[in-house]
Amino acid sequence: MRFFEVRGLTHFFGGLKAVSDFNLAFDGGELMGLIGPNGAGKTTIFNLVCGVYHPTHGEVSIDGRNLAGLFPHQVTAMGIARTFQNIRLWPEMTVLDNIRVAHNYRLNYRFLDVMFQTSRYREAEKGIERTAREVLEIMGLRDYAEELAKNLPYGLQRKVEIARALVIRPKLLLLDEPSAGMNLGEKEALIGLIRWIRKEFQLTIWLIEHEMRVVMNLCEKIQVLDFGETIAQGTPQEIQGNPRVVEAYLGKEID
Amino acid sequence: MSKYSLTLLSFLFFVLAVGLSWAGVLSSYIQLVLMFVGVNIMMSSSLNLVNGYMGEFSCGHAGFMAVGAYITSLLTVWFFTTGSVFGPNLLPPAWATVFFPFILFFGGLIAALVGLLVAIPSFRTRGDYLAIITLAVNYIVKSAIENIQPIGGARGFMGMGRVVNGMKEVVDIPWMMIWTWIFVFLTILIIKRFVSSTYGKGIIAIREDEIAAEIMGVNTQRAKMIAFMLSSGLAGLAGGLFAHILGYINPSSFGIMKSTEALVMVYLGGMGSLSGSVLSAILFTLILELLRPLQLYKWVVVPLILILLMLFRTEGLLGHRELTEVFPRLRRIFGSRGEVHAVL
Repeated sequence: MRFFEVRGLTHFFGGLKAVSDFNLAFDGGELMGLIGPNGAGKTTIFNLVCGVYHPTHGEVSIDGRNLAGLFPHQVTAMGIARTFQNIRLWPEMTVLDNIRVAHNYRLNYRFLDVMFQTSRYREAEKGIERTAREVLEIMGLRDYAEELAKNLPYGLQRKVEIARALVIRPKLLLLDEPSAGMNLGEKEALIGLIRWIRKEFQLTIWLIEHEMRVVMNLCEKIQVLDFGETIAQGTPQEIQGNPRVVEAYLGKEID
Repeated sequence: MSKYSLTLLSFLFFVLAVGLSWAGVLSSYIQLVLMFVGVNIMMSSSLNLVNGYMGEFSCGHAGFMAVGAYITSLLTVWFFTTGSVFGPNLLPPAWATVFFPFILFFGGLIAALVGLLVAIPSFRTRGDYLAIITLAVNYIVKSAIENIQPIGGARGFMGMGRVVNGMKEVVDIPWMMIWTWIFVFLTILIIKRFVSSTYGKGIIAIREDEIAAEIMGVNTQRAKMIAFMLSSGLAGLAGGLFAHILGYINPSSFGIMKSTEALVMVYLGGMGSLSGSVLSAILFTLILELLRPLQLYKWVVVPLILILLMLFRTEGLLGHRELTEVFPRLRRIFGSRGEVHAVL
């Protein structure tokens, strides 16, 4: 049994085939890239894995458990966390609260514990605040804990989003274009950060990326998607030389 | 010192309101207004939970108030008074002093269950449906009561005055003033505790970005239902108090007008601001009372104030913020945000 498996994933939006027979398997610890031109279906695959959409065909499983029909919050509880292409923090909440809310799926207290502020509630909240602050500390965000998320610069918002995904203690982390909108220096720092996170938290990371510098530098294996179909798969070197990939990105040469 | 001043201030107000009512310094009109301020605080802050913190749009809050009002009134009148509807009293009228809060709580519980009934179908869909469904429920509740003749139908239901008098015969203190303000503080406490917990902050995340909330592990369906039940339950409590303050209720007092008043108070105070809701409930009740001499023109002036507010301060008096954030100096009195949280 593989750690994480996607088998024959196919999804239609009406008559449009957005993803077609997508397959993938992780044994754990990989750092895998998913690339492809705009509209290739990369984010759709992430959404299918997370339970935002339910696939027309195919199945996704983690630790041998099928994710079919689960709500996104249940998928999260199985150990899959993600970030978003266009940052989806909760803008009017503080950075700390953004991190705190991500603990929601493993709260061990109930409504009445909140009302009576039982010791179980107080201890749980103390623990949540502690882990939240710890994560902010290691992500270098300590000074922004009380700041509203919307007031942070773009690069830091991305970091908060990664921090928010990390407190879920995922086994598999999905990063959707983590370097979008970053400048060169920030991108370099991001590569370092992702490597470090992977080592520190012993994660499997699966990322969508447009920026070739980031993908080629970071990923051990890459899958290339075009019009919903996997057109190539392999190490960065193999991908760079693959004529179908070049064609998908640049178009065919006319002779 | 500042840590306890908010509690101290509330306690002082409570003692003054009750004491002065008891001593007869406050006229019964002023007492009535004070109690309505309390009921309105409960209505606005509980509606704020759904419309402000959660960002949904419920506009039939008076429906839940009606459920609470009728359930508690029917129970107290049935238990503690002799009348034409229920026959002789089941329990000695003096027992009302002890049982009243429990009956009130039960009324709130039933209102919460009605809220659940509304929440289950309406939160499966998205967007404006909740507004339409709650509006419909408001009308359903009102028309249902109007057509149940044994409890008075459109003529209304009375007898709660005798229940309160029964309590007064045991000890002559302003019972309703006491219960109203105890429940006001309780309501504020409940909402404050809910929205400061990680559990309750889930509903703020729903307002900010529902899909992100769901993907980051918030069970959005359940969170919405709990928040809605809490909100309608508290409205039910407010209804129970309202019925016993007036001693007489009729279905038309729980119409769309009442729901609109609650909405106005929420938007006046600022969505997602608890202190804003309290402040606006006080202001709104007092302004309505002060404008009473204008008679019908009151309903020209009040909406005008609203229009001006929406033009010049769209986010309401306080916006998403609390009083201490808008006026940092108040922290000296009320304590910082964290401390207020610790106190409440």
